Amino acid sequence: MVNVTINDIKLQVPEGTTILQAAKMVNINIPTLCHLDLHDIKMVNRTASCRVCLVEIEGRRNLAPACATECFEGMVIKTNTKRAIRARRTMVELLLSDHPTDCLVCEKNGNCDLQKLAADLGIRKIRFEGEKSTYTKDGSSGALYRNPDKCIMCRRCETMCNEVQTCGIYSAVDRGFETVVAPAFNLPMIDTQCTFCGQCVSVCPTAALTEVSYVAKVWEALHDPDKFVIAQTAPAIRVALGEEFGLEPGTIVTGKMVAALRRLGFRKVFDTDFAADVTIVEEAKEFIERLKGKGRLPILTSCCPSWVKFIEHQFPELLDIPSTCKSPHMMFGAIAKTYFAEKFNIPPEKIVVVSVMPCIAKKYEIQRKEFEENGIKNVDYVITTREFAKMIREAGIDFTKLPNEDFDDPLGESTGASVIFGVTGGVIEAALRTAYEWITGETLEKVEFHGVRGLEDGLKEATVKIKDMELKIGVAHGLGNARRLLEDIRDGKRFYHAIEIMACPGGCIDGGGQPYHHGNLDIVRARLNAIYEEDRNKPIRKSHENPAVIAMYKEYMGEIGGEKAHKLLHTHYTPRERI
Amino acid sequence: MIKSIEELKQIRDKYKDVLQNREAEENKIRILVGMATCGIAAGARDTINAIVDEVHKENINNAVVVQTGCMGFCYAEPTVEVRFPGKSPVLYGKVDAERGREIVRRHVKNGEVISEWVLKG
Amino acid sequence: MPLRMELLVCGGTGCQASNSSRVLEVLREGIQEANLQEEVRVLMTGCFGFCEKGPIVKVMPDNIFYVEVDEESARKIVREHVIKGRIVEEKIYKEPETEERLPEQSSIPFYKKQIRIALRNCGKIDPENINEYIASDGYMALARVLTEMTPEEVIDAVKRSGLRGRGGGGFPTGLKWEATRKSKSDVKYIICNADEGDPGAFMDRSILEGDPHSVLEGMAIAGYAIGAQFGYIYVRAEYPLAIHRLRIAISQAREMGLLGKNILGTNFSFDVEIKIGAGAFICGEETALINSIEGGRGEPTVKPPYPAQVGLWKKPTNINNVETFANVPPIILNGAEWFSSIGTEKSKGTKVFALAGKVNNVGLVEVPMGITLREIIYDLGGGIKGGKKFKAVQTGGPSGGCIPAEHLDTPIDYDTLNALGSMMGSGGMIVMDEDDCMVNIAKFYLEFSCDESCGRCTACRVGNKRMLEILNKITEGKGEMEDLEMLKELAETVKDSSLCGLGQTSPNPVLSTMKFFYDEYLAHVKDKSCPAGVCTELLKYYIIPEKCVGCTACAKVCPVNVIHGEPRKVHVIDREGCIKCGECYRTCRFGAITRK
Repeated sequence: MVNVTINDIKLQVPEGTTILQAAKMVNINIPTLCHLDLHDIKMVNRTASCRVCLVEIEGRRNLAPACATECFEGMVIKTNTKRAIRARRTMVELLLSDHPTDCLVCEKNGNCDLQKLAADLGIRKIRFEGEKSTYTKDGSSGALYRNPDKCIMCRRCETMCNEVQTCGIYSAVDRGFETVVAPAFNLPMIDTQCTFCGQCVSVCPTAALTEVSYVAKVWEALHDPDKFVIAQTAPAIRVALGEEFGLEPGTIVTGKMVAALRRLGFRKVFDTDFAADVTIVEEAKEFIERLKGKGRLPILTSCCPSWVKFIEHQFPELLDIPSTCKSPHMMFGAIAKTYFAEKFNIPPEKIVVVSVMPCIAKKYEIQRKEFEENGIKNVDYVITTREFAKMIREAGIDFTKLPNEDFDDPLGESTGASVIFGVTGGVIEAALRTAYEWITGETLEKVEFHGVRGLEDGLKEATVKIKDMELKIGVAHGLGNARRLLEDIRDGKRFYHAIEIMACPGGCIDGGGQPYHHGNLDIVRARLNAIYEEDRNKPIRKSHENPAVIAMYKEYMGEIGGEKAHKLLHTHYTPRERI
Repeated sequence: MIKSIEELKQIRDKYKDVLQNREAEENKIRILVGMATCGIAAGARDTINAIVDEVHKENINNAVVVQTGCMGFCYAEPTVEVRFPGKSPVLYGKVDAERGREIVRRHVKNGEVISEWVLKG
Repeated sequence: MPLRMELLVCGGTGCQASNSSRVLEVLREGIQEANLQEEVRVLMTGCFGFCEKGPIVKVMPDNIFYVEVDEESARKIVREHVIKGRIVEEKIYKEPETEERLPEQSSIPFYKKQIRIALRNCGKIDPENINEYIASDGYMALARVLTEMTPEEVIDAVKRSGLRGRGGGGFPTGLKWEATRKSKSDVKYIICNADEGDPGAFMDRSILEGDPHSVLEGMAIAGYAIGAQFGYIYVRAEYPLAIHRLRIAISQAREMGLLGKNILGTNFSFDVEIKIGAGAFICGEETALINSIEGGRGEPTVKPPYPAQVGLWKKPTNINNVETFANVPPIILNGAEWFSSIGTEKSKGTKVFALAGKVNNVGLVEVPMGITLREIIYDLGGGIKGGKKFKAVQTGGPSGGCIPAEHLDTPIDYDTLNALGSMMGSGGMIVMDEDDCMVNIAKFYLEFSCDESCGRCTACRVGNKRMLEILNKITEGKGEMEDLEMLKELAETVKDSSLCGLGQTSPNPVLSTMKFFYDEYLAHVKDKSCPAGVCTELLKYYIIPEKCVGCTACAKVCPVNVIHGEPRKVHVIDREGCIKCGECYRTCRFGAITRK
């Protein structure tokens, strides 16, 4: 322990405590901007680049960044001296002097850390005038939008991408005033090995990194009388959307969400969860086949498009191990434009499928050439939770006052197993519920597999006993963890029967398209709890018992894992270059 | 490969006199050899080389051998002047290689002026 | 046949640029022709420092110092001096005042007050021959350290010597070594910072080119002291000759067993690798340098932790610059007391300066700490070029400050320079005269810092840019009084708030010129004039009627036709339309046009 004095308050802190942390202990908030501590996923951005948290330390020649300076014995810190305040204000003014001040029409208006900081510090005038940096904007991926004009060089994206996701897309390039964070050779994002997980977007304090928005396109489709626009919602939306309307994190808003979509003009409001149940039956079938010796083990889940792109770039030699199942929302699209279209006698080319997703990578996924049937895309548009909330607000819908409504039939029916797709460990748990019963022929009484749950460990392992078989299960969330796991599998250091990987730390509940958590991971934890609550509330908790799924196979799809199912519900993978 | 400090010292000593020449110290004995056309014609080059060689052989560290222009004693070439710091110079005439070596041994090393060869001094 | 004469040709980059390689060839050819190659040797040495008068050729043991030797005079030196013993008078340095020829190096004023420790072998030995280094007691210090001293004793000796880092910060070298020694780790590193980036500075380059082994020896001694077995030399790609000579030196030292395993039969092993940097100025900052070696972007990280605790590959690392390492062997051989007897109370030993700018003798000088600026500029430097008036001297590279005439007699060391708002830096020294505009000078240096900033922190990336913009405004005549206040405040804040040494010092030129030459700023802002006549936008051209003969030459060259007047009558400039190109000023043969 070391003794420090902050603004005349004496306290003891453990060695290694930063001034920022120490100040927080005595309820002194030092403003920060670049700093971000997501210690749950072991990401700390300690670049000390914004210089907003500068404080005075007795005996030190210059000011010290509170976020990156550790306390030492006898340290005397002053956080609010004239000198510190002047420097702090100057730093914010300097940042603003090189920032487009188009807050009114900015994507992040109301959600911008820089904007909030300027407001908190009461900045009313930017004293410095001069050149502003301008760079090429990049929306080439159709998923992630880069506007480097708004980059404040906090480097959070870089830390996230390099250290947590280990993709290394970004680094600071150029020198001096021209310095900016960019991909190698300033390539368009579509030509990089970016997986579009969107975690950089999640941590970007400004609108330098956002998603490519399809709100306008969706409105256009909704207003087109020739189109039959249907919506599907991913499981993670219903536990996060409420945050956008001031509800407590973790509030389940499934009914209001459905009602909102109807009021926006969607002809049918369906649930991606239905397709998740389909995914489970297809994947469980594939898993059992592989267990029987047809194909390689482990089987890897393939619901996460970001993770799929990751393995294509990083482990092209392992492309035979992921399940060939499409991701649930892509299955949904294929089903909607075939089974649903036939059943309701709607020409498939008139159907517009809009996926409401917690995800940015899914915007990229729908553009992949393999997701088309006869020139018709499986899914037409992906909007994020945030974009969906914007549409609700734009349409003047008072979300919190909406009644609870039910999904439409038949693609709105789902089970508890499909809900937990939204969280790390959920897909594999859902698969186990089905695989257990199919392998043993017995009813699974205890459906919850707690060994694969939780946010804390990036890599989880569990052994599940099914009859006389001991199945080794691996779960990774966050691409860095996935990389470690895959390296071990490639090098034969570990063996698993089945593995679930989700690109985003925590899974889809913390996806790149979710409401901004601003560094507060308690919000993500609340979403996780809500997902499991939704599972518990479901009368049916196993995918293969979903009556609508059973009906679809009977009426249209034929055998699980059969020829038609393979054509519509499965896909293949392409090795991709590393740059 | 140098395996010990002794070996290092040996190398140092071996090359030391190469560097000796490059030390411009004021208090060295200077041996000047007249190397103008007349001197060279009379064999001054052999003389200077013999002197340099002898200085090496005798391990004399406090003397430098320098060539100079015509000293005006063309009849007595090759001419060699020996200058001890703080003393008046001694000029020798008709110094062939052998005489040069002897001047080094007797005068430079032992301070003995060889008066029979002295032209001036 | 014994060797009786040697011609030492300066092989520093400066002299090579003025063709000393060709001079060397011509000398060799001439000697070959005279069949004297057995008795007379020509060799290339490191830098003599007297770049103003290069190429230098020194004849030993005759001790004749030739300056400005070209091909023609090289032939003459062979013909006259080498063959006939006749000194080539016209290539002997001539003292400008007394017009006396000074044939001996030591009698030339430029060398008189110099004490050469770091540069001890430069211009004396063949840098590509390890035997010559050994002959001048090279590697003896390493031998002594390995056989007679404990690491603690070595550190103690360096501490007692008072040696401080020559790269800029002036941190006591012994303390740095001690801190690295005390860090517990199985692996530690030595790094030699040879990323010399100050414009006009070439101290480190000269040492590497002229005496590379002294640096290797210093590094090995440091390795022994802190417990490191491996060292990196981080040198910029712009120093090809230094890299070439270093490579030769390293391979010779390895061959001789002076680098590598079990040096001199002891159980100490140490080896060195060269890392070539791309020449970013910021990579001279130690944490940025480490990032660069590791393959990352060359940008600084927050200190603490210092490299002594967490350095290269997260291991304790000791970083010193070239000149610092070169000082170490003499300290060991001659003793800490010898070293500390030179210099001032808190700054011991000597410092190499690259003297440049408006001074007669541009070049490299090594002088004892505590020498005054006046001595360097007037005694060594030979005063101001063209007899102009001294205005200021800028020390410490782009982030140093400008020191005015009233402080010329300050004995210089780390602390006195800091007190004057400047710094020692790596030893750049640029002299300015009455023709230099101090506002423009501040702008020049700030521009450099702006370009070389890594862009990481707000203060440096945006702050310096905004300062530069204000300076531009002022030099364009658009400055207002509040700009001056803003400039000063911003400069102070950037200094106080930046992450690394670059940003913490980049405002120095602005602050020091504002302190010592505020009247010039005022002239730019209030009178919209540049007293030194440098800032083009502020210049006003006048014709002095008494001097104008009406030759019409100015009117003819004026590109915008604003000079009017009849032939043989006084002309007038219509300043409304004048674009201040200066064509008339340069054309007038009667000195009738003036600008203010």
